Amino acid sequence: MDKMINSHNSKAKVYWKKNIRIVLSLLAVWFFVSFGMGILLVDVLDNFRIFGFKLGFWMAQQGSIFCFVILIFVYVYRMNKLDHQYGMDEDQDNFVPDDIYRSDKEDQE
Amino acid sequence: MDVQTLTFIFVGATFALYIVIAIWSRAGNTDDFYVAGGGVSPLANGMATAADWMSAASFISMAGIISFVGRDGSVYLMGWTGGYVLLALLLAPYLRKFGKYTVPDFVGDRYYSNVARIVAVVCVLFVSFTYVAGQMRGVGIVFSRFLEVEITTGVLIGMTIVFFYAVLGGMKGITYTQVAQYCVLIFAFLVPAIFISMLMTGNPVPQIGFGSTLADGSNVYLLDKLDQLSVDLGFGAYTEGNKSTIDIFFITAALMVGTAGLPHVIVRFFTVPKVRDARISAGYALLFIALLYTAAPAVASFARVNLIKTVENAEYKKTPSWFKNWENTNLIAWVDKNQDGKIQYFAGKAFSGKPKFLEMRGSEGERKVENTPTDNSNELYIDRDIMVLANPEIAGLPNWVIALVAAGGLAAALSTAAGLLLVISTSVSHDLLKKIFLKDITDRQELFFARVSAAFAIAIAGYFGIYPPGFVAQVVAFAFGLAAASFFPIIVMGIFSKRMNKEGAISGMITGLFFTASYIIYFKFINPSANSAENWWLGISPEGIGTLGMLFNFIVSNLVSQITAPPPKEIRELVDEIRVPRGAGASYHHIKS
Repeated sequence: MDKMINSHNSKAKVYWKKNIRIVLSLLAVWFFVSFGMGILLVDVLDNFRIFGFKLGFWMAQQGSIFCFVILIFVYVYRMNKLDHQYGMDEDQDNFVPDDIYRSDKEDQE
Repeated sequence: MDVQTLTFIFVGATFALYIVIAIWSRAGNTDDFYVAGGGVSPLANGMATAADWMSAASFISMAGIISFVGRDGSVYLMGWTGGYVLLALLLAPYLRKFGKYTVPDFVGDRYYSNVARIVAVVCVLFVSFTYVAGQMRGVGIVFSRFLEVEITTGVLIGMTIVFFYAVLGGMKGITYTQVAQYCVLIFAFLVPAIFISMLMTGNPVPQIGFGSTLADGSNVYLLDKLDQLSVDLGFGAYTEGNKSTIDIFFITAALMVGTAGLPHVIVRFFTVPKVRDARISAGYALLFIALLYTAAPAVASFARVNLIKTVENAEYKKTPSWFKNWENTNLIAWVDKNQDGKIQYFAGKAFSGKPKFLEMRGSEGERKVENTPTDNSNELYIDRDIMVLANPEIAGLPNWVIALVAAGGLAAALSTAAGLLLVISTSVSHDLLKKIFLKDITDRQELFFARVSAAFAIAIAGYFGIYPPGFVAQVVAFAFGLAAASFFPIIVMGIFSKRMNKEGAISGMITGLFFTASYIIYFKFINPSANSAENWWLGISPEGIGTLGMLFNFIVSNLVSQITAPPPKEIRELVDEIRVPRGAGASYHHIKS
């Protein structure tokens, strides 16, 4: 296990840097939609309306939540792609996932 | 059929379902008991996490609170969902790769220290017990109102059910019952929301009805109408805030970070087979949570409009039956200050404190209270917790919807209670006994201890449910503040910094804990009369102080780690290993052997 990680050392470093960049960029959006639009700028945004909502109020009570959900799915998509690019994904393992389920079944029988 | 019969049928049927699932999925070894064998599918884990997370507070209390505080209620909406972004991006995948059973496991191993492990165990126990007491109380309220049994009996029934599936099934039993409980609770929350949205705005989607015009032909937007009603009665406009921006900011941050640091939520990501599954199941979990959380503010505003329209200036004798039913459960009180037989509802308290009912009725048939009335003209006391439960009745929905809401409230309370009890029992049997005090016990003995401690934890939780300590409401701020100020920074640093060592982590954790706890204890217990904005440090309320505790934790841990020895080589290798998904299966097998 340890040897495998070491042989991939430099690759792992680049992978980690890119990972951090993805995380930071998504956290910036996370901060902006909630703390930014929902709290700090809420009174300014309340001057605009979408349907029956004041925009700031809507971001604080609903809009930010929709953004959070989207952010996680974007993260999943980008990380899976990154894992694959750098050969870090679990498909590269020799490990057979069926193992886990098998131990389950044995208990039930 | 009447509401009570229907409620018996709904609650009975759902309880039977939970028991059947518990028997089908009982645990065979500690692996099953702690992490459901590590073989839960991401979708099922998402649902289980959502049910685990959404407690009696989310289901019963949250929309009610928002209904009364308007825009300021967004601290709960954003705070209790935004934490999942932190969880998904900063914690879940790495902790899954680490591949052990508990949060103290990670803290103890990453910081190569049993002191750190014990500090973590103490935090876990404190946070979880605080939380679980509230859940059992929620069970008691639902039983006493809808099934008309004593709160004590209600709590005992709840305890028996949880005992059954938590002790037998462990994480495995809990996970699959939580999947069922999620389905029950989301259905129970959305059905009345859809009904009421249709009635009030003609739009069946509550999230959209919230921003639509009223269906009464007036062509006025619901929220504008609500603002106008609120202002007329002396409350501030519903869509404007009362709290200071800095306080809203800090409370939201404390709730978000606290959510990401709650042990019973974190542990759910240990149950999926792969790192990739941990990431996507955080996404599913938030999606399922968002279904309720985006409907809740809509429900809150519908309920507010309906409530004002129903009670304001209504004759007490002609009020609908729900009003008297809740009055009989001590959660509504009316004092006819001007003796006109009508209910006047305005801003301000009708009398000081919670109502203390006397054994006599007034001239209109209302229950008398011994509290001294205030000199404002408001005559009505309403407990915020009843809004969701009473909402279908206020809107005049069919009886089966009311029964469904009762079953949903129970599902929410029981699923969270079970998740917390499991964390408590795991902390005792695994973190304390197996890892520190009784290292030689076999897997079978450890499983036995896990079951015994689960049973003990249920008994203690039940006791708090029957005899709720007066401080339950006050300590909720504690649970989040402490989770935010203690776990979150050191787990994040443990993953993202190789330089962070045990000295840094322990001193950071203790600083965060000590600072946050003393601030809350001072304002909540020692000097509660000083608990107002002008006395708060930087204008931050005790609910939001965990954010500052977290920042101090980060600062202190970094400073201390810079001036002490770096962590040993094998720890730096451990960090390298958890940073890449590859080999998650291997680390899984590693723990089994």
